[in-house]
Amino acid sequence: MRLTCPLCGERDRREFYYQGDAVSLNRPSPEAGVDAWDDYVHLRDNPAGETRDMWQHEGGCGAWIVVTRNTVTHEVLGTALAGPAAGARI
Amino acid sequence: MEDVPVVELVAKSPCAGLLPMTVGEVTLSEVDLGVLTSVAPFKGQRKAASEALKEAHGMALPAPNRATGREQARAIWFGRDMALLAGPLPDTSLTRTAALTDQSDAWACVTLAGRPAEDVLARLVPVDMRAAHFKRGHTVRTQIMHMNGSITRIGAESFLILAFRAMAATLVHDLKQAMEGVAARG
Repeated sequence: MRLTCPLCGERDRREFYYQGDAVSLNRPSPEAGVDAWDDYVHLRDNPAGETRDMWQHEGGCGAWIVVTRNTVTHEVLGTALAGPAAGARI
Repeated sequence: MEDVPVVELVAKSPCAGLLPMTVGEVTLSEVDLGVLTSVAPFKGQRKAASEALKEAHGMALPAPNRATGREQARAIWFGRDMALLAGPLPDTSLTRTAALTDQSDAWACVTLAGRPAEDVLARLVPVDMRAAHFKRGHTVRTQIMHMNGSITRIGAESFLILAFRAMAATLVHDLKQAMEGVAARG
């Protein structure tokens, strides 16, 4: 499996660390309330189709990367550097 | 205190007693790059930091996967929003636009040189290091066997390799094994 780091280019999977759903890009504010935080910490969607995950290029440039993939076709649709530009949840 | 004799302390290099080493046509040697400093521009200050670096040391901040400068004073791209200044003591003017951290004692620095140096790296590194793809002035953060490191091409047949100092013996071991493998194949 190969992933394209937006900085380093296409690299082998062994250089990357997988964290999970890209939920951390949309952290609720401290005052958001119990429901929002319960959702953020515990509740995950299990989509058949496009989903976004956080990976770290830990064996390379160290950047956190948002990888969009399709859970049905296993296709990797794109990668982006984590940060304000990565935008809100799909 | 003045009466107490002070033992003269001698710095030990990371690969002391391990290098230099030649196997077949490839030579692995330790190199003293001088002072190593990571330069991480503050948010939105990349351009200003690059200009400050140019003013002080004569080279711009390198783009991803590139190294600028030359022997004695290099700036090597070192990860997201970071470069490694190798050689000079960083000018204090750099601190206005970037976070500087002294890393001089943190890295084992070696050069791998010889015609089949690319073949040696091909056995250890999951990136294409051949000249057609990886030219002089190109650099990568990648893995050397199982270790994270930095590899920069510094000549047609030579590479500069940086790995964590604590892993110096592992670095030498892995490179030696690959050098022997390539030499045995002829």
